[in-house]
Amino acid sequence: MNIHLALGRLAFAALTLLSASAFAQTKAVPAAKAATVTVAPPQVVKVAFVDPLSGPFAGTGSSLLRHFQMMAELVSAQELAGPGIRFEIVPFDNKASPQETLTVLRQIVDRGIRYVAQGNGSGVALALVDAIEKHNERNPAQSIVFLNYAAVDPDLTNSKCSFWHFRFDANTDMKMEALTTYIQGRPEVKNVYLINQNYSHGQQVSRVAKEMLARKRPDIKVVGDDLHPLGQVRDFSPYIAKMRSANADTVITGNWGPDLALLVRAARDAGLKAQFYTYYAGTSGTPTAMGAAGEDRVRMVSYWHPNIAPGYPYEQVYLDYKKRFNEEWFTVASFTSLAVLAEGIKRAGSTDPLKVAYAMEGVKLNAPHGAIEMRAADHQLLQPLWISSWTRVGGPNRHDIEKTGFTWKTEAAYATDAASPPTTCQMKRPPRTP
Amino acid sequence: MLEAALSQTLYGLSYGLLLFMLASGLTLIFSMMGVLNFAHASFYMLGAYFGYQFSVWMGFWPALLISPALLFIIGAAVERWGLRRVHQWGHVPELLFTFGLSYIIVELVQVIWGRTAVAYRVPAELDGPVAWLQGLGITFPQYRLFMMAVAVGMLAALWLGLARTRLGLVIQAALAHPQQVEALGHNVPRVFMLVFGTGAALAGLAGVVGGNAFVTEPAMAGTVGAIVFVVIVVGGLGSLAGAFIASVLIGLLESFGKVSDLSGARVLGWLGMSVAPDHALQPLLALSLSQVAPVLPYLLLVLVLIVRPKGLLGTREG
Repeated sequence: MNIHLALGRLAFAALTLLSASAFAQTKAVPAAKAATVTVAPPQVVKVAFVDPLSGPFAGTGSSLLRHFQMMAELVSAQELAGPGIRFEIVPFDNKASPQETLTVLRQIVDRGIRYVAQGNGSGVALALVDAIEKHNERNPAQSIVFLNYAAVDPDLTNSKCSFWHFRFDANTDMKMEALTTYIQGRPEVKNVYLINQNYSHGQQVSRVAKEMLARKRPDIKVVGDDLHPLGQVRDFSPYIAKMRSANADTVITGNWGPDLALLVRAARDAGLKAQFYTYYAGTSGTPTAMGAAGEDRVRMVSYWHPNIAPGYPYEQVYLDYKKRFNEEWFTVASFTSLAVLAEGIKRAGSTDPLKVAYAMEGVKLNAPHGAIEMRAADHQLLQPLWISSWTRVGGPNRHDIEKTGFTWKTEAAYATDAASPPTTCQMKRPPRTP
Repeated sequence: MLEAALSQTLYGLSYGLLLFMLASGLTLIFSMMGVLNFAHASFYMLGAYFGYQFSVWMGFWPALLISPALLFIIGAAVERWGLRRVHQWGHVPELLFTFGLSYIIVELVQVIWGRTAVAYRVPAELDGPVAWLQGLGITFPQYRLFMMAVAVGMLAALWLGLARTRLGLVIQAALAHPQQVEALGHNVPRVFMLVFGTGAALAGLAGVVGGNAFVTEPAMAGTVGAIVFVVIVVGGLGSLAGAFIASVLIGLLESFGKVSDLSGARVLGWLGMSVAPDHALQPLLALSLSQVAPVLPYLLLVLVLIVRPKGLLGTREG
């Protein structure tokens, strides 16, 4: 009996330890190794990383945290902001909730951090922009700059644009513009079916798709337009059956995460031959879930993929990241946002948020995927876009994605200008000296 | 049109039967031991991950046998060294124990297999549509049919085991009158351990079969957990037949609900009425059934609790 008791206690201790180490792993921040030889003490610019690090979206959030941590090391090592200026990422868990984000923002202010990076969820981004606007107005001495690396709601750089907000992803309009231009040249597309997650992003994709298709290809019939709840559908086969009876040859979707992977697999299982045009088929985990199911069936519009050109700059960064973390370096905005911030600091000759924000306007750089520009009018990054298809690894398409044996092959490339629709933003700028 | 309806029915049935595999274990444990096992969906997830791991090592068919067996051992161990000790303090500590356990399992899975989905695939032999159904104009994956067969086979085995074997009789007796059964010389705690292990094994089996039909990832326990509770409450807590009916009902409800364009405005349209586009109720009436489909099971749950609190085939109130 005593042995049993002891065994039981041991088992529990082991479980507790294991779960504790899991906890530690999510919170652990690998210390950036800064080999400083400068005489003056290095200046550290802290960037708060605010995204879900627990809960269902923790996988996405923690992968992006690693993106940012490695890019901070890179930007620091290259001294893009000037000699001795180092970047440090401070992670905050917002549990994917706008409410939680506002609480976290208070902590960020209290800890004296002036730069915030966020991306998962336009709902969170909208709440954050609103809170930062108010905060900066009341506390100009402690202004906060928002680096939005993935929230794609067009409103953020149009009707709700803010001087303090900078977006480094291409927004829904830009991506749809490229996607529909591509479809324009493909006469086999006749019946389009729209399926999206029922929240601001999915609704935008559905609306913009209908609008642009009507303009560019009025002959195309939209044979379906479904909105389903975010992250709750486990079985997409009924939707697939509906697509089949609607004779859909093309599906356009802004879905991401499991909502996309399950959709594609259900299509394959049911033998639906339609082409899927997606926004997020490249994000972490989705390629694995898709696997061979996506072959010749899935296309993606994105501002980057690992095979954009053989020997492009930063191909080594992609490989290094992959080797170090055993996952894909997909969100290049983790680099562009820090690089543009660094350039702003360099031009301003200061880390003061107001000066840096002004200096970031109109910054032009050479990024891993080509020439980029931070448009001053609305703080939207202008960058090239690609349409790619999910193909077997081979030839110039050499980077195996998530060990699936498949990769992205360029179908069409759109230069920065072609991928940049105008903005309606009426930017209100604060006085240059508070 | 008929083909579409038939294939929707098949999809609904196959999903419902998978739900039943999960719900049967949960309801079995509840009816035998009075424990509402919050970690049940986590056992399902573990089953899927074991299924993935063993299919990588030895192929799908051995995995189909090994994973439920492993889950049986884990379930029995949890009962023996966890629940049994907590049991003496009553039901709330038991509930909290399984609740905590579910979190531990999710974290363990993330430590071992990572936070993103694993590449768990349908075996090549069962890949592709069913030929004879395709002749009828219905494209239905072979694997879904296999899933249905596994569920039905499991239901039969479970029923035979409970109603036709000596052990089954002891289990049923231990459920109703534990003290008397113990007085007759049966080891009731061991019976409980067996039941809990079997429940976990059933969840594990559902995991092996469902993990590759859908996606195997750490969030899968959370997404399926809520719906399984709906199934057992609607079916009647502790009733295996009720769980079966409720599973199939919810499977069909989801399948047909998802694709229906029916909305309040449309129904009014049939009645010859129309709603002005700026009417206050317009946004509500314009909602189609497909948009609210995922809420339907929960709506059913609320309705059942109001109208028939003991569930469809339940025997006890509340």
